[in-house]
Amino acid sequence: MMHSGGYARGSRIGVLEILPWLVAIAAFFLLPEYLSLGARILIFILFTLSLDLILGYAGIITLGHSVFLGLGAYTAGILSVKAGIHDPFLQLIAGAAIGAGFGAITGAVVLRTKDLTQLMLTLAIAAIMMEVGNKANWLTGGADGLPGVQVNPLFGVFEFDFIGKTGYVYCLVVLFIVWFFVRRMVYSPFGAMLTGIRENTARMHALGAPVYKRLLVVYTISAGIAGIAGVLLTQTTQSVGLNVLSFEIAGDVLVMLILGGVGRIYGAFVGPTVYLIAHDELAKQFPEYWSFGVGFLLLIVVFFARGGILGLIDKISARVRKS
Amino acid sequence: MSALATPALETQMLCKAFGALTVADDINFRLEQGARHALIGPNGAGKTTFVNMLTGALPSSSGRIFMNGEDITTMSQAARTQRGLGRTFQITSLFRSLPALDNVAMGIAEREGVALRMWKPASGYSAIRDEAMSHLEKMGLRDEALTVVRDLPYGKQRLIEIAIALGLKPKALLLDEPAAGVPSIESGRILDVLAELPKDIAILIIEHDMELVFRFAERITVLVQGAVLTEGAPDQIANDQRVRDVYLGEGGHD
Repeated sequence: MMHSGGYARGSRIGVLEILPWLVAIAAFFLLPEYLSLGARILIFILFTLSLDLILGYAGIITLGHSVFLGLGAYTAGILSVKAGIHDPFLQLIAGAAIGAGFGAITGAVVLRTKDLTQLMLTLAIAAIMMEVGNKANWLTGGADGLPGVQVNPLFGVFEFDFIGKTGYVYCLVVLFIVWFFVRRMVYSPFGAMLTGIRENTARMHALGAPVYKRLLVVYTISAGIAGIAGVLLTQTTQSVGLNVLSFEIAGDVLVMLILGGVGRIYGAFVGPTVYLIAHDELAKQFPEYWSFGVGFLLLIVVFFARGGILGLIDKISARVRKS
Repeated sequence: MSALATPALETQMLCKAFGALTVADDINFRLEQGARHALIGPNGAGKTTFVNMLTGALPSSSGRIFMNGEDITTMSQAARTQRGLGRTFQITSLFRSLPALDNVAMGIAEREGVALRMWKPASGYSAIRDEAMSHLEKMGLRDEALTVVRDLPYGKQRLIEIAIALGLKPKALLLDEPAAGVPSIESGRILDVLAELPKDIAILIIEHDMELVFRFAERITVLVQGAVLTEGAPDQIANDQRVRDVYLGEGGHD
């Protein structure tokens, strides 16, 4: 079964759904030297989750999702470096609001189109924003970015340290809260309706659904979540640079989602984890050829596991159950 | 049915042209309240085009469309559906990877205006589930409610089309070849279902199966090359020489 939710099936949280959280908590205690990589994984899970909402559930194709991550990241950076606002939660709220706002504005245009046109529009918007980030030196620091971002200790107590303990736990808690909301949304009538649009848009029109408005709602929510991921990225690395707006990140997040499995929430957990760990290991072993390894991984998935890693696990477990 | 009552659907001089090709030519048509009306005509007569203009899936080139006296000519498909215009598709159009229950519930959720709710699980909306279930039961699909639609035989998929349309509580219902492609063993079930549809729904059926048309319809409109050839009671149509020439004579009636 590709997706979850709907009117026929129950919505209780399954045992397997607790697993990622147990793994994340175990990693905190067992792998203290990898916490900054861990935080990066958690942030990309959040970012990928936002993409899954629009691509996996609503069927919106985008190659410009980096824009919202970038806006969130720069919002936090600018607030801290230019405005002296170092409160982590204020930065989070501002990043989410700016991401969502820009999502609503660009979505109003992008969602009027379909397929390839839609893809090209998202790409064009990403390219424009990249150039804005590059040229607006006074605000974004241009190609140098904004180093020296400061974040106040959480609740005035927990400092963002170099080992990344605070950052890791903070990202985990934010991810958990967003996941909880996204999961409720996916299982709600709204989530069922999104699946309906992806499955058969003509039918949704005939049911009386104002499809465009509905897509705009989910696009805005997704952009807000991506904005939150961007804020976390700036806060944990204490700097922000042009790479957050890059086409590479927009492509990466798509690869991570496809790798994990599209339209099933947890593909967004598995994909970034595997991708970023593979990336990290391959970069250590073969500093010059690591992208070859990542490409090879993707080829395997596309040829042999169209539903991503989770799709492959589904297939194997179905076969085991049969025999 | 009084001819003076406001019709459920009415078109005035409705036209559609694709470039030089006219597929709907000054169609004046009335679907009376509670009617059982059939639209027949040879292949390519423009029947589905006409239905698509009624539902708003296709914009008309000129002319006007009224629903219960209200001008709906420029209204969106969604707005027409919300005003009580239902349809089924000639080619089955379902949510193929979803269970039958979800297919029907999705429309009820739109009708009830809950489709934007994001918190409570869909499966917790028991009124919607129960109603979807009752529509499926009417189609004799109780046991298939949880089956993914693509795994069901085609005849049952056609019945789900009708169940979805009924879930929208339409005042006027357009059935585009409800029995198309269904083996005759299963089409009997569809006929039974059609006969049992609530009397207050005005129904326009497009159908090639003449046996079905003459059993079901109280009034028949014949469309040829985008224009209305004639309209009348079934026995009038059956005895009309022009209709026989263009349509029935071509082996439709067997």
